[in-house]
Amino acid sequence: MEIPELIITTVKIIIVIFIILTAVAYYTFAERKLGGWIQDRVGPNRAGPWGLLQPLADGVKFFFKEDVIPLNVDKPLYVIAPLITLIPALITFAVVPFGNRVTLFGHTIRLQIADVNIGILYILAVASLGIYGIVLAGWASNNKFSLLGAVRSSAQMVSYELSLALSIIGVLMVFETLRLNQIVVHQGQMLEWAPFLPRWGVFVQPLGFLVFLVAAFAETNRIPFDLPEGEAELVAGYHTEYGSMKFAFFFMGEYANMITSAAVTATLFFGGWQVPCLDWSAFSPPAAALIQIASFSAKTLFFAFLFIWVRWTIPRFRYDQLMRLGWKVLLPLALLNILVTGAIYVVKNA
Amino acid sequence: MNAVGLNSYLFLAFVLFLVGVMGVLTRRNALIIFMSVELMLNAVNLTLVAFARFLHSLDGQIFVFFVMTVAAAEVAVGLAIIIGIYRRSETVNVDEINLMKW
Amino acid sequence: MLETVAFYALAATAVGAALLMISRRNAVYSAVFLVICLCAVAGLYVMLNAQFLAAVQVIVYAGAIMVLFLFVIMLLRADSPAEGLETLSFQRIFGFVFTVILLFQVGAFMKTAAPGAPAGGMSQEALAASNTEMVGELLFTRYLYTFELVSILLLGAIVGAVVLAKRKL
Repeated sequence: MEIPELIITTVKIIIVIFIILTAVAYYTFAERKLGGWIQDRVGPNRAGPWGLLQPLADGVKFFFKEDVIPLNVDKPLYVIAPLITLIPALITFAVVPFGNRVTLFGHTIRLQIADVNIGILYILAVASLGIYGIVLAGWASNNKFSLLGAVRSSAQMVSYELSLALSIIGVLMVFETLRLNQIVVHQGQMLEWAPFLPRWGVFVQPLGFLVFLVAAFAETNRIPFDLPEGEAELVAGYHTEYGSMKFAFFFMGEYANMITSAAVTATLFFGGWQVPCLDWSAFSPPAAALIQIASFSAKTLFFAFLFIWVRWTIPRFRYDQLMRLGWKVLLPLALLNILVTGAIYVVKNA
Repeated sequence: MNAVGLNSYLFLAFVLFLVGVMGVLTRRNALIIFMSVELMLNAVNLTLVAFARFLHSLDGQIFVFFVMTVAAAEVAVGLAIIIGIYRRSETVNVDEINLMKW
Repeated sequence: MLETVAFYALAATAVGAALLMISRRNAVYSAVFLVICLCAVAGLYVMLNAQFLAAVQVIVYAGAIMVLFLFVIMLLRADSPAEGLETLSFQRIFGFVFTVILLFQVGAFMKTAAPGAPAGGMSQEALAASNTEMVGELLFTRYLYTFELVSILLLGAIVGAVVLAKRKL
């Protein structure tokens, strides 16, 4: 790798991490504010204008709380578990494209940290590691509620990961590539059978999108799938014994995961940085890049909002309902989706 | 062309395999024995991938793919057996699982 | 240079984690160290131009198989069982001695033998550029019947696991 390229990549990484962490902070604020509105309350409104400084106040509070380590916990794993939840959520972003290439000052810059040739598989691989934080935290806490949360989450994650992976296979079959930026480029055209619609994943893979969305909710442990946490049954599930900054890491991990899921959903099914009916050659490269980033951010924000909306609207599943939905509904639907996609592919190419 | 040769990979795989063998021979917890078996399978996979790379062929990688599938199937059944044994005799110590019939 | 450093770092991680895996008393720690070992092996796969297998290794082994192990360990509370009666106490020593002997035997063999085999016809550049596509193509052409057989095996495993684990059918 050349030296300028190295500098550009480093700068990109720093910017992306900075933006995600800020977004996580304000995501928690948005959750409380929107939750308040949905329940006809005001939400946080004390710190700063409209409560906008609330995340800052929360952060300061987390920092200055005493860092308690309970007596009978398994110390190494107890300490490392929050980090294991946070880090995979952040490094997934390395392959998400937030724009096409842009040429600035003679350098061609990819608006994506790394365009690896196994893009989607990378996302699945990293996402499957995030579960260890929850499982190990629950076990290391030496608390029966935590352990129950951990056992529940391991079974839940394995069940829904299958549907998640299988729902993406349909997308792969349509766009015929694993590179995420390639997938977004392919979504720039219009549909053959409906020229007024863009060729987005959601229009060519509606069933796959549905399965993916439900499985993504389950993978991020959000209501209606927050069984590992289940505050009404398990106190606080796997993070019952956690406080101060360690709890904050779990919290940040959860929200970072949601942002990542939203970004991946936008990339795979809603055209990523594409804007329908827009001719990129009509813009100067920096302007086009800005529009692409704005388009990507808007789509991501919409799905981030969807996570909040669903959480404050739908009650939690019972555990047997959760397992039934995963294995008897989503998995067959995902398989059916692959079958139908394959059949259409064969008929079209015959 | 390659800084690290085939022999280095093979030796590493062999050491990993030996660690797995040692785990099977010295541990009594059925779950850890099972994990050691997985480690041995992985060591063999590593040799296959290394051969595939240095012989300029993909067949080794396909083999690894099949080995992984078999390993997954084996784990599902094996863990079910361990759970079954635990239900009957309340132990996962292989030395205490010495009755053919209960 | 970079390749050598990466190889030795990954190799040391893998071997170290494997040794810790078999020496920890607590089964949860064993599982965690095995996960680390498997991820190091996945890193080696990337170095060997097998990106697809590296991803599958992490997804299948670390993401599914080891989570299943942890699930069972926690479910059975088998994390640190009392070692109980040792009916074969000498076995440990024998196991250790024999593995060391095997290490020296194969080590000596590897020193004398030089691997020589006909090289296949695929260039490294082509392999690195589209690893997944080529694995897929081979899988569905030359190895199609094996692939189908493996799927039957998986079906058998699913049925077997359900039958074994269910209390009453």
